[in-house]
Amino acid sequence: MRRAFLALLARDIRLAAGMGGGGGMAVLFFLTVVAIVPLGVGPDRPVLELLAPGMLWVGLLLASLLTLDRMFQADVEDGSFDLLSMGPLPLELVAVAKSLAHWVVTGLPLVIAAPVLGILLNLPPATMPYLMLAMLVGTPALSFIGAVGAALTVGVRRGGLLASLLVLPFYIPVLIFGVGAVEAAAGGFEGQAARQALLFLAAITLAAIAIGPLGAAAALRAILR
Amino acid sequence: MSLTAAQRFHAYANPARFMALSERLLAPLSVLTLLTLGAGLWFALFSSPPDYQQGETVRIMYVHVPSAWLAMLGYSVMALASAVALIFRHPLADVAAKSAAPIGAAFTFLALATGSLWGKPMWGTWWEWDARMTSVLILFFLYLGYMALWATIEDPLRAARAAAVLALAGAINIPVIRYSVVWWNTLHQPASVFRMDGPTIAPSMLLPLGLMAAGFTLLFFTLHLVRMRAEIMRRRVRNLRLARADEGGL
Repeated sequence: MRRAFLALLARDIRLAAGMGGGGGMAVLFFLTVVAIVPLGVGPDRPVLELLAPGMLWVGLLLASLLTLDRMFQADVEDGSFDLLSMGPLPLELVAVAKSLAHWVVTGLPLVIAAPVLGILLNLPPATMPYLMLAMLVGTPALSFIGAVGAALTVGVRRGGLLASLLVLPFYIPVLIFGVGAVEAAAGGFEGQAARQALLFLAAITLAAIAIGPLGAAAALRAILR
Repeated sequence: MSLTAAQRFHAYANPARFMALSERLLAPLSVLTLLTLGAGLWFALFSSPPDYQQGETVRIMYVHVPSAWLAMLGYSVMALASAVALIFRHPLADVAAKSAAPIGAAFTFLALATGSLWGKPMWGTWWEWDARMTSVLILFFLYLGYMALWATIEDPLRAARAAAVLALAGAINIPVIRYSVVWWNTLHQPASVFRMDGPTIAPSMLLPLGLMAAGFTLLFFTLHLVRMRAEIMRRRVRNLRLARADEGGL
């Protein structure tokens, strides 16, 4: 079972990397979203510094939504999902592998790119570690919650739009505590407030990892039965 | 012969039986709704004192608070029906869940809109991103997403199960709304009716509020029954059409 899990994980990461449609595209999208902010609100440095944590998180959310709809759809379309559903792995673990692969291919590159984009938005260098830590802790939740939305919209035409609509309400707590951690650090409350927000973020991620695959598997069974 | 509770539960899985019972219930329920809502409105708008601080704007509260309660009740009904549909495969449960969504969404919108109207003169702002308002707005989005999912999947059986999974996932928001004013000490006032130490609201205002809440609840269940009946009929029409298409050799 562990071999099947690792094989699926490796396959998904290799597929996404090979097609070039995974991490690279998401990072590029992230970059363009963040780059249009100064053009939209004006290049005023204090204003940008104020907006930076929020805009970085919003960009991150949008970039990870963008790649969500292919999580199960591609496999269903080319028939490999039928093999997966008959294989040794229960659908719950298939969902875990898929979510994990999604995080490695999109979440992780976005976290690595975030400090560079933070410089563009005049984010104070002292808050960078907090930004990266918060994103590192928070991004797995996006992939694991997103798996439910991706599973629910399998087989729906223009499912990407619907998946975003379904998933965004569940992303809001991640956004709130993610921005909270960075802003607390920027405001000079490195200790207490930032730590509290980070712990909340970690709690959300753990809950998402526990519940998300169950929901995704239930949705896949319901729709593809 | 008397039926056990479980037998009765499954007896109404028969839509024909449900249609017969709901038809008999509908008229008395509608009359009761009109009477309670009428009395509630009379007390709320005319026969209750204005607040010593808020003046006449307190009357918005008689619509706002019951709407907010019904917004949460609507989602609870939806989530409960979804759970029953997933676990017991009760054929009426997904009809009940689907029918509750638009009514609940309407009450959520009403709660947000009246809260905004009250907030402008009292707090000096139409909207504030405090915990209660944000979580109710999320509830509104959840309703919309649920309805969108139903609308996009054509086969009612598959749509029902997918929507049920979504409804159950979103149920996490209900306790967050309930306790948002306790966990985060923000602009929206804490609960004043259902408290451990008894209501802190004046009795002269408790009567109209109670009547309005009862009226809104009755209205919810009346509308729910009407919508469930309409949904069952819609499915019959769909099945008849499919059968006719089959006969036509398509």
